[in-house]
Amino acid sequence: MTYASSNTQESRVTQSGEIFFDDVSKTFESEGVPAVDGVSLQVPAGDLVVFLGPSGSGKTTLLKMVNRLYEPSKGKIWIGNEDIQGLPINDLRRQIGYVIQQVGLFPHMTVQKNISVVPRLLDWDKGHIQTRVEMLLDLTGLPDSYLERYPNQLSGGEQQRVGLARALAADPDILLMDEPFAALDAINRERLQKELLRLHCKLNKTILFVTHDVEEALLLADKIAVLREGKLVQYDTPIALVTRPKNSFIEELVGTDNILRRLSLVSIKSVIKAQARESSRKMTHTQKHDNVPTIDLEGDLRSALSLLLSSGSDYLRVVDSSGKEQGQIGMKDLKEMLASNQLVEKNKCDELSD
Amino acid sequence: MSYLINNLDLVGKLFLQHLQLTLIVLFFALIIGIPLGVALARIKWLQGPVMGVLGVIYTIPSLSLFVLLIPVFGLGTTPAVVALTAYAQLLLVRNWLVGLTSINPAVLEAARGMGMSGWQRFWQVEFPLALPMLLVGVRLVVLSSIGIGTIAAFINAGGLGVLLFEGVITANYNKIFSGAVAVTVLSLTANYGIRTIERRAERSIHGAQVNH
Ligand SMILES: Nc1ncnc2c1ncn2[C@@H]1O[C@H](COP(=O)(O)OP(=O)(O)OP(=O)(O)O)[C@@H](O)[C@H]1O
Ligand SMILES: [Mg+2]
Repeated sequence: MTYASSNTQESRVTQSGEIFFDDVSKTFESEGVPAVDGVSLQVPAGDLVVFLGPSGSGKTTLLKMVNRLYEPSKGKIWIGNEDIQGLPINDLRRQIGYVIQQVGLFPHMTVQKNISVVPRLLDWDKGHIQTRVEMLLDLTGLPDSYLERYPNQLSGGEQQRVGLARALAADPDILLMDEPFAALDAINRERLQKELLRLHCKLNKTILFVTHDVEEALLLADKIAVLREGKLVQYDTPIALVTRPKNSFIEELVGTDNILRRLSLVSIKSVIKAQARESSRKMTHTQKHDNVPTIDLEGDLRSALSLLLSSGSDYLRVVDSSGKEQGQIGMKDLKEMLASNQLVEKNKCDELSD
Repeated sequence: MSYLINNLDLVGKLFLQHLQLTLIVLFFALIIGIPLGVALARIKWLQGPVMGVLGVIYTIPSLSLFVLLIPVFGLGTTPAVVALTAYAQLLLVRNWLVGLTSINPAVLEAARGMGMSGWQRFWQVEFPLALPMLLVGVRLVVLSSIGIGTIAAFINAGGLGVLLFEGVITANYNKIFSGAVAVTVLSLTANYGIRTIERRAERSIHGAQVNH
């Protein structure tokens, strides 16, 4: 069973997941100042881009212009080669997944009916819809027995999973998510963030994700667009944002002086690779090998620091998923890494392999 | 009681007449009230004025309204239907509007964002979710039309009110009693029947009960 649903490609009004905001502004009639002000932004197909910014900075407004819940007052939005303004509005929306914080499941429909709304709008045949729904339940980590349940019989986290499955139903190239996890408790939020990353790495969809949670942005994003009072302040990778903030607003927002935050963006793997390059390096640690704690190659430096401190060990043995030792990492490596400023960003998808 | 038994044919005929009048009123009330409610839900500034007018109509005493309509519609069922439909609008539209406007905005935004047309949003989302409140309105319309409908006998619209009016004029208490019993039976049955449908509609939007 493959993820993509091939028989729907012909009827699509857009053929790409690439999004281009061209000098987009939006001023609401009731407001004097623009909610979005001259934003130009290119989102490569398959990237997860986070809109980050304080409340009222225009994140939601910018997002809703992509599925035309709002129309720009100025500027254009392109999906691939199509100016979305020229596309039939409901056709456009049916091929853009939309997930919101309040979920908005249809309370009078079962999970099965909720998930299949868009395929039914698109007149898919029954058998196709059925296999698709079952596949999506599986993909979002829900048991088949939930098919006949109603939304009020699900927990908040489960509801948002259904919301995600519903958004993915017609296999859209683009997914819009407006603070989808903000209403969840910390445990569920973390779990769903991981799931989303896994889905993103697997499905390769373009995702625009709104949040005002910096940790969430740094965890999920390929690139982060920081907004302030409707303007785009900086558009960069998480690591560039943390190491090369454009101004003091970004510095404060993302906490660039926060060492833990910087460490959490670097993979242990990159340190081991760097060590391998200076091959002259000798293993100088003298501790008895058996007592040395091990850490997964796919982890980040923040977890390494935490383990170093909690175990009291001088160094850690770095092992890969099969348990084979790949190298060692100690406090000195962490210091060097921070000082060198040559941070290599961890690959989000690496961590999730298997 | 003996009157009722001896005149079962007549009482039965008037009972059916009364039921018919009520259903005709309900029909017209729905035809006017459903679109009106939808319009008010969409165009917010119209709500105040329109509900105000419906409220004022509702406060006109029924006998006066019937009499006022005679010059226009003459005697008979027509002015009765017109008057009862006018009264019904307040009860129907108020509840229907509450049903429509109390739908979770996130649900409507999701429906729109997923690419449902206005028509699809109405039939697949708004109508089923507001249906229980519409049925509350329907029940009130039916009950009030049965009640006020008795007075329509005064302008020759027939129905069980005939027994009441004739009973009063001829001081025939058995006749009055029979009429009252028949009206009560009609009301209670209608109330019970519509309540049952309401409950079913409510259950269908809230899903089954949560099992812990
Ligand atoms: N429908 C609307 N009508 C009028 N003004 C609006 C509307 N939606 C948003 N605004 C205004 O536009 C500005 C940006 O709002 P927006 O919802 O995009 O912010 P946001 O970054 O998503 O904030 P939050 O984090 O609180 O969700 C705000 O000043 C807001 O009041
Ligand atoms: Mg918002």
